[in-house]
Amino acid sequence: MSISEIFGKARAEQRAVLVGCMPAGFPTVDDSIASMIAMHRAGCDVIEVELPYSDPVMDGPVIQKASDIALAAGVRTRDTLRIIEAVASAGAPVVLMTYWNPIEKYGVNAFARDLAATGATGMITPDLIPDEAEEWIAASEEHKIDRTFLVSPSSTDERIAMTVANCRGFVYATALMGVTGARTAVSRQAPDLVDRVRHADRDMPVGVGLGVGNGKQAAQVAAFADGVIVGSALIRCVLDAPDRETGLSRLRALSAELAEGVRNPEK
Amino acid sequence: MTAPVLPDLSGHFGRYGGRFVPEALVRALDELDAAYRSAKTDPEFQAEFQDLLLNYAGVPSLLYPAKRLSAKAGAEILLKREDLNHTGAHKVRNVLGQALLAKRMGKPRVIAETGAGQHGVASATAAALLDLECVVYMGEMDTQRQALNVARMRMLGATVIPVTNGSRTLKDALNEALRDWVASVDSTHYLLGTAAGPHPFPEIVRDFVGGIGVEARAQCLDQIGRLPDVVAACVGGGSNAIGIFHAFVPDEEVRLYGFEAGGDGVETGRHAASITGGSSGVLHGARTYVLQDDDGQTLESHSISAGLDYPGVGPEHAWLHDTGRAEYQPVTDAEAMAAFQLLCRTEGIIPAIESAHALAGALRIIPEITAEIGRKPTIVVNLSGRGDKDVHTAGAYFGILDEVETLVPGEQE
Repeated sequence: MSISEIFGKARAEQRAVLVGCMPAGFPTVDDSIASMIAMHRAGCDVIEVELPYSDPVMDGPVIQKASDIALAAGVRTRDTLRIIEAVASAGAPVVLMTYWNPIEKYGVNAFARDLAATGATGMITPDLIPDEAEEWIAASEEHKIDRTFLVSPSSTDERIAMTVANCRGFVYATALMGVTGARTAVSRQAPDLVDRVRHADRDMPVGVGLGVGNGKQAAQVAAFADGVIVGSALIRCVLDAPDRETGLSRLRALSAELAEGVRNPEK
Repeated sequence: MTAPVLPDLSGHFGRYGGRFVPEALVRALDELDAAYRSAKTDPEFQAEFQDLLLNYAGVPSLLYPAKRLSAKAGAEILLKREDLNHTGAHKVRNVLGQALLAKRMGKPRVIAETGAGQHGVASATAAALLDLECVVYMGEMDTQRQALNVARMRMLGATVIPVTNGSRTLKDALNEALRDWVASVDSTHYLLGTAAGPHPFPEIVRDFVGGIGVEARAQCLDQIGRLPDVVAACVGGGSNAIGIFHAFVPDEEVRLYGFEAGGDGVETGRHAASITGGSSGVLHGARTYVLQDDDGQTLESHSISAGLDYPGVGPEHAWLHDTGRAEYQPVTDAEAMAAFQLLCRTEGIIPAIESAHALAGALRIIPEITAEIGRKPTIVVNLSGRGDKDVHTAGAYFGILDEVETLVPGEQE
């Protein structure tokens, strides 16, 4: 299913899409595949695979640590593609989240081609703004990969309009000024940002990320956004678990709780 | 022929530079850009900056004809004595400029990254002088290696935050400063320490340190009646080099040489030579030359000089390299330390190990330049900093620390 179909279906069901994030190769290639499939089966509509990178400036301590573990275990860009392929063939819609340098090093067009071949539907670029994305826009058009750029509470209306116009599939709204990581309360800036995106484009689905960690917060965000993006809280399930089985069972429990949340928007 | 004015409006030097940053930072970068454009043409701002340089920082620094060194080297060597500036390096120019800019933007807090601590100390100094809150991010490895600089920053009133993630060095300190900035842009200016990072930083830093080259050019004309044959500088992030190069770029007869940290030798893989030993990529907000593996993961750099120990380089250097206007070569730890010792013994000047790379490179190219121009070359070397901070490293390198320690009284049984 394409990203727009998933958002369309969720809209019809009057609920939000749940996007669950996990770094590729954390803590090993096989474990990350198992985690992602478990997340999908327990209720994550879309799996956001993060390509581990040495210098993740948008990420807080949890994702940094998970990425470091994956890199130390030797995960390569080709492993990430292999992981995406395994998860996508298990039936989960997959988008890739990646910092820009690994893509530039791989070759932008070649990467778009190889990513499309894995069955992934889209790619989120946290440190690539449309202003610098000419090559990526061309490659993603050619290979039919949805492009998700970020908008932020600090974005001007002009930049929101420009960014949304360059997105395909959905736009990623960062709920607050800061890095990834669960917060105790949902940001008050997020509803306003989503409004501003809707003003620029009524039809572009908006996923809200940064700071969502439990079912209650997911329900709060689902009330005003089309998608709820959760990363650090899910990763913690694995990071803090004493063993693999405990990690997977915590991951399933949290995914189910979040899935319940996005189905019961707090009006 | 007139050269294009670079960077262009979107901050590109050819294909280098630009902005590879989270959208959250774009507004702050736009505001900084606008504030800088207006400050650049504001006589009051420029007068305040010049006044601080002249009456506080001790600028213009001397252009000193190093006679004994020149006699040994077979060239006329002029040292641009940035080591005599307040805080002991060229960096004071940049921090004063940016701290004034922070005040102008109404931002009461500055953050900075630091490797060995020189930029951190300079930032803490400017923040104390201009009454700004100052937070410095420093890799935990570096806080241990450079405990004295940590103490200096704290004496000056700054908060030093050791960074414990990644490789716990300069690049991770820079990541952490960017993360702070994403969350604090309303109240905070990021006082970036070198001519790198997203637009407009490479241009702003270049302009604030650009006085080095303007002064050196005028001093050279004044002292010897013509321009030098060569201008040499060390290149880590590249601020001192771009600072001295920039005024000479239009003078085509002046050869510009940037000397990168070759560590154990570029062929060993243990080095910090991003241009001569790296490849094009994106790091810390700009496209430039980067030390990276086949997957585009940043590699750890190695150099005896903490100030050059960085896996990237400012984008304008990448462009000067590609266009051939400047030439970049690696200088090993051993070559740099030999030049360090030579300068100590011939001129009574203890240079920063960074600056010793520039001197070592200059000494190395003398024969080929002499052959090319058919006479003794005149070489301006940017002595970008003083070596007080390096006494421990150099003492250990030359094996003289034990001697020193036995001279310290009071510890006898």
